[in-house]
Amino acid sequence: MIPVAFDYERAASTEQALNLLAEHGDEAKLIAGGHSLLPLMKYRLAAPAVLIDIGRLEELSYIRDEGEELAIGALTRHCDVEHSDLVRSQVGLLAAATSEVGDPQVRHRGTIGGAMAHGDPASDLPAALIALRGSLVIDGPSGRRQVEADSFFTGFLETDLGEDEMLVEVRLPKLPDSTWSFQKFNRRAQDWAIVGSAVVVDQGMCGVGLVNMDSRPIRATAVEEAIKNGSSAAEASELAADGCEPPADINAGIDYRRHLARVLTRRGLEESGR
Amino acid sequence: MQVTITINGETVSHDVEPRTLLVHYIREQAALTGTNIGCDSSSCGACTIHVNGEAVKSCTMLAVQADGQEVTTIEGLADGETLHPMQQAFHECHALQCGYCTPGMVMAAVSLLDENPQANEEEIREGLEGNLCRCTGYHNIVKAVLQVGSEQ
Repeated sequence: MIPVAFDYERAASTEQALNLLAEHGDEAKLIAGGHSLLPLMKYRLAAPAVLIDIGRLEELSYIRDEGEELAIGALTRHCDVEHSDLVRSQVGLLAAATSEVGDPQVRHRGTIGGAMAHGDPASDLPAALIALRGSLVIDGPSGRRQVEADSFFTGFLETDLGEDEMLVEVRLPKLPDSTWSFQKFNRRAQDWAIVGSAVVVDQGMCGVGLVNMDSRPIRATAVEEAIKNGSSAAEASELAADGCEPPADINAGIDYRRHLARVLTRRGLEESGR
Repeated sequence: MQVTITINGETVSHDVEPRTLLVHYIREQAALTGTNIGCDSSSCGACTIHVNGEAVKSCTMLAVQADGQEVTTIEGLADGETLHPMQQAFHECHALQCGYCTPGMVMAAVSLLDENPQANEEEIREGLEGNLCRCTGYHNIVKAVLQVGSEQ
């Protein structure tokens, strides 16, 4: 399978990438690791006229301790996040979710920014970001802005990113004493999750993000509130599918996905010590 | 677009269309056909090669993305007539049946042990999750990787 022909530009800096985006508008797509975009282009579900390669912007590959928060550059690869001592000790849930992305080959190429910007509800990392109450830093012609995870994911493969903007950083509150669990249900080792549940518990605060339970990555608000109000894991997890509109496909129907969300969330809460 | 890639230690330069997949470049322009194309959708791992020493699936990378990088294919593992320890272990443990997944499986296994030299059986099975063997010959593949690990 070969993508439709396109023009290729390689950006040497964030500034140049933004200039190229401004120049080419909606005809252009940014490519980092390419492990979400290239398959779409090969299936010809995407056919950008211009591909702007930002894969070599080392200035956006970093994991930094910034006091209350951890800052991860958008071009940091999954393998670097997965094996980072800083991520493991401060936001263990993110390290666990990242180690479930694809397979080792995929994690050598894929980036945290790419996974977020793709906005796939079946992707592991957005759910973890939502559970952790992280935020995203976006750069564009009018400067930098920061968006909470909940408002970043707006629809199926759609995010708050404008056509002339670029995701540059992911920020996560440090939770060194948190307990967490990433539950992913799939049929084969490297498959996308049929349903997943990302759970983090930190001193009474509880975060739950769901994978593939709606047209976008979604927060299980009812579960979080129930836990806050003292419900048990079994009681709270019964609410996991409330307000969700899960997809139906060859792997699972709507009711089965709702069932999985409840079961996986209960397991996640229990594994997190609730 | 002109790309210059060091493949198995030799620097080569070709003019490619930007949409050329790295695996097609390796097989058709660099004329190294040891790397197989399986699913062509980054699932099966048959096209696994190393870019800068790390296993990647060459069906899901553009040749232009590999410009200026170091690529190693299955042809680059052996030292003359002497097989790479992983190739030798696959041979000794009968870690192949039809052999189609083998080049990718060997490349993935070498990368796995580079990152985790003392990988145990479970870690090897997890670490090779991106490579499918349709003959289902996983048992001996895992045995071969364990053998190399224990020799290191």
